[in-house]
Amino acid sequence: MANTSFEKYKSDGSLGGNVLEWVDARFPLTASIKGHLTEYYAPKNFNFWYFFGSLALLVLVIQIVTGIFLVMHYKPDAALNANGVPVAFASVEYIMRDVPWGWVIRYMHSTGASAFFIVVYLHMFRGLMYGSYRQPRELTWLFGVGIFLCLMGEAFFGYLLPWGQMSFWGAQVIVNLFSAIPLVGEPLSIWLRGDFVIGDATLNRFFSFHVIAFPLVLLGLIAAHILALHETGSNNPDGVEIKAKKDERGIPLDGIPFHPYYTVKDIVGVVVFLMAFSAIMFFAPEGGGYFLEYNNFFPADPLKTPPHIAPVWYFTPYYSILRAMVWPIFGLDAKFWGVVAMGASVVIFAFLPWLDKSPVKSIRYRGPIYKTFLTLFVISFFILGYLGTQPPSYWGEKISQVCSLIYFGFFLLMPWYSKVDKYRPAPDRVTM
Amino acid sequence: MKKILVALLFAPLMALASSAALHLDKWPGSVADKPALQNGAKLFVNYCLNCHGASYMRYNRLTELGLTEEQVKDNLMFTAEKIGEQMRVAARTDEQKQWFGAAPPDLTVIARARASEHGSGADWLYTYLRQFYRDDKRPTGWNNVVFDNVGMPHILWQLQGQQVLNHETHKLELAVPGTLSPKEYDQAISDLVGFLVWMGEPMQEQRKQLGIIVLLFLGVLFVLAYALKKNYWKDVK
Repeated sequence: MANTSFEKYKSDGSLGGNVLEWVDARFPLTASIKGHLTEYYAPKNFNFWYFFGSLALLVLVIQIVTGIFLVMHYKPDAALNANGVPVAFASVEYIMRDVPWGWVIRYMHSTGASAFFIVVYLHMFRGLMYGSYRQPRELTWLFGVGIFLCLMGEAFFGYLLPWGQMSFWGAQVIVNLFSAIPLVGEPLSIWLRGDFVIGDATLNRFFSFHVIAFPLVLLGLIAAHILALHETGSNNPDGVEIKAKKDERGIPLDGIPFHPYYTVKDIVGVVVFLMAFSAIMFFAPEGGGYFLEYNNFFPADPLKTPPHIAPVWYFTPYYSILRAMVWPIFGLDAKFWGVVAMGASVVIFAFLPWLDKSPVKSIRYRGPIYKTFLTLFVISFFILGYLGTQPPSYWGEKISQVCSLIYFGFFLLMPWYSKVDKYRPAPDRVTM
Repeated sequence: MKKILVALLFAPLMALASSAALHLDKWPGSVADKPALQNGAKLFVNYCLNCHGASYMRYNRLTELGLTEEQVKDNLMFTAEKIGEQMRVAARTDEQKQWFGAAPPDLTVIARARASEHGSGADWLYTYLRQFYRDDKRPTGWNNVVFDNVGMPHILWQLQGQQVLNHETHKLELAVPGTLSPKEYDQAISDLVGFLVWMGEPMQEQRKQLGIIVLLFLGVLFVLAYALKKNYWKDVK
């Protein structure tokens, strides 16, 4: 079949038919558009929570485009300029003041970093609520966890670049964590920094990771995430498979083409998101000291340790889990176990598809035990996040230990509570 | 020995208490007040710029305060040749390090850097610049309530006069009056802080104006996008 249409075209490539046919004979253009947009059937009952996937993609584009322009003016150089200010720090203020519209680009990028985590956290929460990680979408979920890890790295490396006090000391604290690993820790942390302290070598390699290595891996993982999703088809708030019920043409009865239905719907989401984004960017770009930390308006000074070093808000839940580990076990430093707990708290998401034993996917048909655990998990996450912004304290430590326990309990007890919970049977078809 | 241990034990607690007790006066000014900002700019170049740079800031940007380039050149430019130059400090940083123990920080974004959970950067600066007091234990002869053991001497003492700290009431008292009355001095500091706030982000007014336009545009776009969605989705049941 396909070859007969190919014969219409001359071997020198000159046009016999129209341009689209010429391209389609050489590249799956129309087939891709059909497969991923106009004939990709998505469940018709997507709700509010389904906006955040496309919004994450939008923020990615914002970050890449603004990032390209920032790199044109930013200088990753820790040396002091003639005025006694680090070149990197001064170059950011140069962008803010002397580059035409530079402040718009920079605020878009700094607000975008926080926005990325907000939409990704909401996107992940959607997955938790509706069981989007369950069979057959395990790979979509795993690629997603990879994206999340990558995004954390990307944000961490990027935060060093303005070369302010929090950039410097935040990186110092996090890289020092690696020195807690037995035997290889110390040389490992020196190898990561490229120096005995955070310095010019560190700034340059973090810049390289931030603008080349991690964005490349991110893009690859995002492509895999979407391809895997489009292979299985999307989940929905009812957690039922729309492919189970098809019409005579093989189209899911509860499916509608992604384009135009969800493209026009997502545009509405995009506009609302941009309104919130603009409100922050134009009226409160510092985000109350959470999006741009006040202390980071002081240039990095290796001789002046700030009294309180707090990571940016999106890392604070994990930072709290790290600080909650205060017991040396097996003769190993408590700091080491803190690092292990922090790493585990992120990686544990990858095991969700195999921890959940419930017969239904969506929270709509799950019982009270799961709902309780999920609620407690979310509350703990917020409390951990808050405590991570605060200086260490006695009660802060105790509360963060309890919350860490709940955090891990949500995952590790899931094989048990998802089995014994009560369920309502899921319907055959989606409900609107 | 025991005393030292107890002191060590309580030091972090006391540090916590003292930082919690940091009281900042609210800065009464506004960045929209152009004459006040001009006065602040004058105070800044006459008093601050001798030791502190504002090196991300260019002189010609001062025209945004309603001054002409000629006015800036004649009244505010002492150490620079050309109007496009940065507001650099005349002193050398390595010498300053010897004099004060640390090089005085660049002040371009100081109003942003000094913000904290206690108050805005403007509040901090407004309080700090009014709470210097005489302290013979310090090499400069000055100390500060907000910034304990500060390296900076009270550069505006002629204007404010000399305050002393009453160790019983923990309040500052004016021992020797300055050339300005306390009220006039507060006003001058308010103007100076206004200039520092403006300099921290000279485009801040423009940013808010643009923000309103962007939000209005998005509001219109929302109506259209929502109507489009409604129209497409009317047959989805």
